[in-house]
Amino acid sequence: MFKSISHLLLLLLTGFIIIGNSQPLRAEGFAPLVEQLTQKSFNKKIKVVRKIAASGESRAIPLLTALTEGKLYFRKNDKKVFITAAGENGYSLLDPLTGKAVGISATTEMKKIKTNNKLRRTLNSLLGVLTLLSPDPATRLKSAKSVFQSRDIKTLPVLKKAIAAETLPHIKKEMLTTQAAIVAGSDQPSSDRLAAIRHLRNVGGNDVLALLTPLATDKSADIATAAQVAIKAINNEQAVWGAFQNVIYGISLGSVLLLAAIGLAITFGVMGVINMAHGEMVMIGAYVTFMVQEVIRNAAPWLFDYSLLIALPLAFLTAGAIGFALERGLIRFLYGRPLETLLATWGVSLILQQATRTIFGPNNREVGNPSWMSGSTEIGHLALTWNRLYIIVFALAVFAALFFVMRKTTFGLQMRAVVQNRQMAGSMGIKTKWVDALTFGLGSGIAGIAGVALSQIDNVSPNLGQAYIVDSFMVVVFGGVGNLWGTLVGAFSLGIANKFLEPYAGAVLGKILVLVFIILFIQKRPRGLFALKGRAVES
Amino acid sequence: MLKKKITRKSFLTMIAGAALLTSTALASAEETIKVGILHSLSGTMAISETTLKDAMLMLIEEQNKKGGLLGKKLEAVVVDPASNWPLFAEKARELLAQKKVSAVFGCWTSVSRKSVLPVFAELNGLLFYPVQYEGEESQKGVFYTGAAPNQQAIPAVDYLMKEEEVKRWVLAGTDYVYPRTTNKVLKAYLLSKGVKEEDIMINYTPFGHSDWQTIVSDIKKFGSTGKKTAVVSTINGDANVPFYKELGNQGVKAEDIPVVAFSVGEEELAGIDTKPLVGHLAAWNYFQSVEGKANAEFVKTWKAFIKDDKRVTNDPMEAHFIGFNMWVKAVEKAGSTDPDKVAESIIGVAVPNLSGGYSTMMPNHHITKPVLIGEIQSNGQFEIVSQTPGLVAGDAWSDYLPGSKDLISDWRKPFSCGNFNAVTGKCGGTGS
Repeated sequence: MFKSISHLLLLLLTGFIIIGNSQPLRAEGFAPLVEQLTQKSFNKKIKVVRKIAASGESRAIPLLTALTEGKLYFRKNDKKVFITAAGENGYSLLDPLTGKAVGISATTEMKKIKTNNKLRRTLNSLLGVLTLLSPDPATRLKSAKSVFQSRDIKTLPVLKKAIAAETLPHIKKEMLTTQAAIVAGSDQPSSDRLAAIRHLRNVGGNDVLALLTPLATDKSADIATAAQVAIKAINNEQAVWGAFQNVIYGISLGSVLLLAAIGLAITFGVMGVINMAHGEMVMIGAYVTFMVQEVIRNAAPWLFDYSLLIALPLAFLTAGAIGFALERGLIRFLYGRPLETLLATWGVSLILQQATRTIFGPNNREVGNPSWMSGSTEIGHLALTWNRLYIIVFALAVFAALFFVMRKTTFGLQMRAVVQNRQMAGSMGIKTKWVDALTFGLGSGIAGIAGVALSQIDNVSPNLGQAYIVDSFMVVVFGGVGNLWGTLVGAFSLGIANKFLEPYAGAVLGKILVLVFIILFIQKRPRGLFALKGRAVES
Repeated sequence: MLKKKITRKSFLTMIAGAALLTSTALASAEETIKVGILHSLSGTMAISETTLKDAMLMLIEEQNKKGGLLGKKLEAVVVDPASNWPLFAEKARELLAQKKVSAVFGCWTSVSRKSVLPVFAELNGLLFYPVQYEGEESQKGVFYTGAAPNQQAIPAVDYLMKEEEVKRWVLAGTDYVYPRTTNKVLKAYLLSKGVKEEDIMINYTPFGHSDWQTIVSDIKKFGSTGKKTAVVSTINGDANVPFYKELGNQGVKAEDIPVVAFSVGEEELAGIDTKPLVGHLAAWNYFQSVEGKANAEFVKTWKAFIKDDKRVTNDPMEAHFIGFNMWVKAVEKAGSTDPDKVAESIIGVAVPNLSGGYSTMMPNHHITKPVLIGEIQSNGQFEIVSQTPGLVAGDAWSDYLPGSKDLISDWRKPFSCGNFNAVTGKCGGTGS
């Protein structure tokens, strides 16, 4: 890992600095320290890892990294410590003292060296200091961040050295912030501390707020006022970001609502079938994703990142086929009898739920996030998670695709013709019954692909659909039955309204308020936001 | 035409049903002891409760292999209350009045337990309740084998205070009776430990809440005052998965803001990728990772019984294990399955638990258990980081709530009272 001797020397130096005044350990001292890691008490282990980090040994880094990652084990019979890697026939062992591979051991012979949060926190800050000068930029960035968390004054000299040696601007920026964070809370000269507080004020964000808050009651009046001013400024900034965040979160919630409701906008909105089994189509889509991932896990793990793309067409076809069969086998006998449709589809939803429960079991199924959908990105002081961002994009894409099908294809034309005037469409040679079945299949298929997306943020369990059915009807009714645009606008406005209410009213009351609002709104405009006009309305 | 078909079909079903009935009748010709299992096999709670039904069937099968009880075979009577709270009461009545079961093992949510309490009081039945709950209850025929707040919530908070030096607390829960009561107890406890009112944030969400963006970012904000912050989660059931996913995605690490959960066990984690959650905590009286022969045996039997090597064991399963064995022992001691005699003989009965010790039924119908704190691992299991040195006896009435701290529960004769008020000297002080 360490290509040059100079880096090694710098590392050694780091070790000396941390240990401060004490003597560097002799080479033989390392082995007994490693052995002490096998004791049970976490507080004792913390003392040991501090000593190991201070030993100035280059061997300390792989050792402590393995401990952080839970890969450090000891052999039960002789208490010898090894860095392990899980393989097929047990653990392959690496001697942390020599750095050499020493064979393979059965899992039952080895015992893990346990860590807890406190120990890992210590490890992260120690490793942070040790790797500040690492040649790998990602590691340096990570260490700058972990030193920011620990803010140990003793790391200042190393940090200064690292800043001087840093060439990449974004890492340098992070390191300067870390330095300011250390200086602001230290006993350095006032002028330095004031400069540090000014620097931090410009950085802003929750983390900075956390470290400035105790400074507001500092002994020195200058520092205290400067901190108070900075806190106020950051708080104002946060309030603006907070409003922005509500909008983004609202759009994100809206996109989930849109996805859940868009299939229903076809089956209920366009066809007028009160389809209580809509949620179960979403659930089927999610289970298709699970099955695709399961096959990939077993047969072709390298395809995992593409699992969702593979699941999409399959989910569409599966849910679509079930929807098609449902229309042919049940719903077509019930046209024009809304109450019976409601009861029958509700029964179907219960049957589908229990069937899923019988086939897959009642427990949640694990659907993994592909790597490109995990984690988050920062825009300003806003953490946006990738899965939510992709779902926003995906919801809009599905909407656009559906809109295209409805407006620009022959099938869409026939579908609209049948909805607007069945007799006329029939006499023009359109097979109306066939179109009905395909329309219902399309709505169900779209619910299926919504399930693929929702499997990324929610449980994949037989109850998945139930959670969305009420929301879906809410969106379609609010937006205006029979209008796709209404569904789009309805979903986003409900999402944003919900998110603005949530911080003040709480999640429970927020939802109730939205519901009350919709009831009042429907009193005023019974046909929703975008009311359909023309012949279709009268029929 | 259609009508005819249906008739023929239902006729066939009738014949099949009749055949089935005769065969069961023949089998039960030799007398059995009936054990009722009252767990939801459909609906929202099926996710948690189905496992407990299977665990009970396994325990009964194992007992029958050992020769049954009092020379008779045990027979499981399974009903499905379908996650429907009033239906729990109906099914409990069916079990006690029609099926004449000797004891019932069941319920998960506190709402379902509250709904069956009057039935058990009226028909003089025995109920073994295996789930951690909010306390503030002690009923004549009900035995609480799950944890009371002082066996789970309070030790977990103590751990965070001592080991993690937490100063600021977020109490997040689902909006129903268990989280609300537990948080009331916890808040009173924290205030008594000198935590300031403004350092406690309480948040409730509806059942099955899935959009956690605002709440997680609120928690991040609440944790940014420089004081160590932790989340105590009484979030129930399905809502946990999206909550943990959002935590992981927004980068809230256990080292910064640890979350300690009271309703998240191995079974709940089986549905998520736990890598981003490593280090978040749970407090229970049992983990599958407990080392020891008794537990290894139990895990092996369970996997063989359910025929799936991936299935996990969890705390409520252990509670049923303890409760069932206690009932068996009490029946043997009383020489009868008569509820009154069993209720009398079960107090003081001690059976091995799975963490290597013995659990005893206390006079207040709660049991003694060790309290374990575990950290979530990347394989969905827990690593035990703390264990109480001795056993903790379940406390029916919290010492930290003004209305209940004077109440004592003792079902031994002649005292026989679940809520004796030590101040007024009367049975039936406050509470139910």
